[in-house]
Amino acid sequence: METINDKRRTREIKVVKRVLNVNERMAEQNRRRFAEKGVFVINVMSSPGSGKTATLQKTLERIMPEIKAAVIVGDVSTTHDADRLSVTGAPVVQVNTDAFGGDCHLAAHVIEKAADEIDLDAITLLIIENVGNLVCPAEFDIGEDVRVVVLSVTEGEDKPVKYPTMFRLCDAALLNKIDLLPHLDYEKDKALDYIHQVHPGMPVFEISARTGEGLDAWIAWLKGKISSKLMTS
Amino acid sequence: MHEMGIALEIIDIATASIPPEARSVKVERVNLKIGKLSAVVPDSLRFCFDIVSKDTPLAGAALVIEETPVVARCKECGARWTIAEPVFTCQACESGSLEILSGRELDIVSIEIAQEDEHGDDQR
Repeated sequence: METINDKRRTREIKVVKRVLNVNERMAEQNRRRFAEKGVFVINVMSSPGSGKTATLQKTLERIMPEIKAAVIVGDVSTTHDADRLSVTGAPVVQVNTDAFGGDCHLAAHVIEKAADEIDLDAITLLIIENVGNLVCPAEFDIGEDVRVVVLSVTEGEDKPVKYPTMFRLCDAALLNKIDLLPHLDYEKDKALDYIHQVHPGMPVFEISARTGEGLDAWIAWLKGKISSKLMTS
Repeated sequence: MHEMGIALEIIDIATASIPPEARSVKVERVNLKIGKLSAVVPDSLRFCFDIVSKDTPLAGAALVIEETPVVARCKECGARWTIAEPVFTCQACESGSLEILSGRELDIVSIEIAQEDEHGDDQR
């Protein structure tokens, strides 16, 4: 469709396409592939230093071997997180984020390639530890079933209102490092209010990856999600 | 932060949208719609676009960005309003069950190419 703009002496050609079209198509492809293989996929996001890796390490320790899991870890340039997760016995694929996706998120095509290195027939849970960043990963669907954001009490209470897109997009939040609360001025109720202001009804699990406190409720929620997907597919 | 990747994607989509007979014509504008909830900073995007569009058919084109507000509709009472603060509960009935009608766009709406002289007689 074309229109002529006489004032600017231009011809306008309608395009109307989502810029992230390619990523979204690829994400759908990933989603179909994981569904066919009976693999439940969780995308875990947070800011750097919230304790994502420690949380996942503890989660893996508690769900394996009952649930066979593998992990894809996005990291800008090191293998530290992958090394820590390998200790659990789960297969870990490390992706150093590609130059033009820009070090700030995992994109669907990166997951497609990383998944080739995993025996999808041998697992029921694929955990994707995204790059530490509360902005960009929210924009990129990677074919996951649920999205979880990890937040820690050593960050500001107002993170949810500063990054509303992330908190709206995620299905649950983990509030980590609660063992440190006695030593901090952190106003936990304020943080919970902010979360629910941005995402009313969002399940929040208060946990300490260090002491293990609160992990049971989180793991029960995760197991519920896994079985409800795998039963309907 | 990933504006460079977005700029490259825009160039791909816009280049593919140039009609075959107009390949030699200058693209003047690329019209975009970017929602306030998207993770794209318009100034960074323009900066990246200017760099990566060199030596492409989009070189020198202006990125015209319409920023769309976050508009929500309450699924309970049907109220509709523009969200300015990060509060996602209904202003009328306080329900948290909302549908986001706009604000997450990252769309190429159209491209504008220079009018060639032989098209002059199209103008009435």
